[in-house]
Amino acid sequence: MELRVENLSVARGGITVLEGVGFTLRDGRALVLRGPNGVGKTTLLRTVAGLQPAVAGTLSVESDAIAYAAHADGLKATLTVAENLGFWAAIYGTTGVAAALDRMNLTALRDRHAANLSAGQKRRLGLARLLVTGRPIWVLDEPTVSLDLSSAALFGDVLRDHMGKGGSALIATHIDLGLEAEVLELAPFRAKAGAAGIDFDAAFGGDFA
Amino acid sequence: MIALLIRDMRQAVRAGGGFGLALAFFLLVAVLVPLGVGPEGATLARIAPGILWVGALLACLLSLDRLFALDFEDGSLDLLVTAPIPLEAVVAIKAFAHWLVTGLPLTLVAPFLGVLLNLPAPGYVWLVVSLALGTPALSVIGAFGAALTVGLKRGGLLLSLLVLPLYVPTLIFGAEAVKRGAEGLETGTPLALLAAITAGAAALLPFAAAAAIRINLR
Repeated sequence: MELRVENLSVARGGITVLEGVGFTLRDGRALVLRGPNGVGKTTLLRTVAGLQPAVAGTLSVESDAIAYAAHADGLKATLTVAENLGFWAAIYGTTGVAAALDRMNLTALRDRHAANLSAGQKRRLGLARLLVTGRPIWVLDEPTVSLDLSSAALFGDVLRDHMGKGGSALIATHIDLGLEAEVLELAPFRAKAGAAGIDFDAAFGGDFA
Repeated sequence: MIALLIRDMRQAVRAGGGFGLALAFFLLVAVLVPLGVGPEGATLARIAPGILWVGALLACLLSLDRLFALDFEDGSLDLLVTAPIPLEAVVAIKAFAHWLVTGLPLTLVAPFLGVLLNLPAPGYVWLVVSLALGTPALSVIGAFGAALTVGLKRGGLLLSLLVLPLYVPTLIFGAEAVKRGAEGLETGTPLALLAAITAGAAALLPFAAAAAIRINLR
């Protein structure tokens, strides 16, 4: 279940933001993506997760290997914690809702409606979904947003367990999760100004010179 | 997939889910029309099939903008796209859930509202049959419209403008079947065409809607 990315270019809103990105994510490893706001971390993760096509380059991964967790947790406010998680378990055809709730420290809240959870509790429930997908490669976009320190540490433990079982994770985060992870700095892959832009400037440059 | 159906149904019947909204709207239309048109039985009987069908169509439209927009806002649409069930099936199931909470109840209460509009006695059975055959098409066509406008802020109005013209054939054949039934004429042709629209929409539009969602999520 290796994720291999070669010479990948990704675009947001029709504008290429990253070019020539390449990395390999092996079983049991984690790769942390770093870079300033707007550099294209989310765009890269969405491309890897299959939500949008790549502009160029190759992305080789088995289609049923990836579990994606975005900024939004995908929770339904009128369903209870257990119902929310049970839905995703049914979609992925797995069991282990109770174990996942226990692991993310949510068992006491299992019958509470998601509308009545705090932001951090919602986030923990959103991350518990990863445990019930049963998928080996986790693609995580800022997973620790709105988590307190102890919850972030808890999630770090969950990630270590996952990697210990041969899983892997591609994470965009600025927080140290206490993982032995490689770090990929994305700023050097920032797309150069598009060819169209250069022509545009040149076309006017002649007139104004 | 059953899980998705159950989830949508649960959400619809719980607080703020919108179940009953379409029904109440349908009821109000059927009550208001006699007040506006006047109490002459013959006039009401003549317009009853059309009013009931237009009412059902507008009631159906009311809850369409929530079909994908809510899932888009809370991020679950992204997660469903990356989940192991095909997006076409997600669309079909959500349209079916929409029909179960709007189209089906509308079909069941329509005969009672027919009384308010003085629908002639032979028309009742054709009213129920035509709504049962036609309302699934309203939900599926609506799902396609909702997929086209997902991600747009205030997409509800645009959705109505897109979807209402597509509802025209269903409306024409549905109301025609009831009218002919009420006059004791043969209803086979409009009902067959109505069923054909529903079958065609249910077979093709989930694919179109799924493609539209994929493009809108980019």
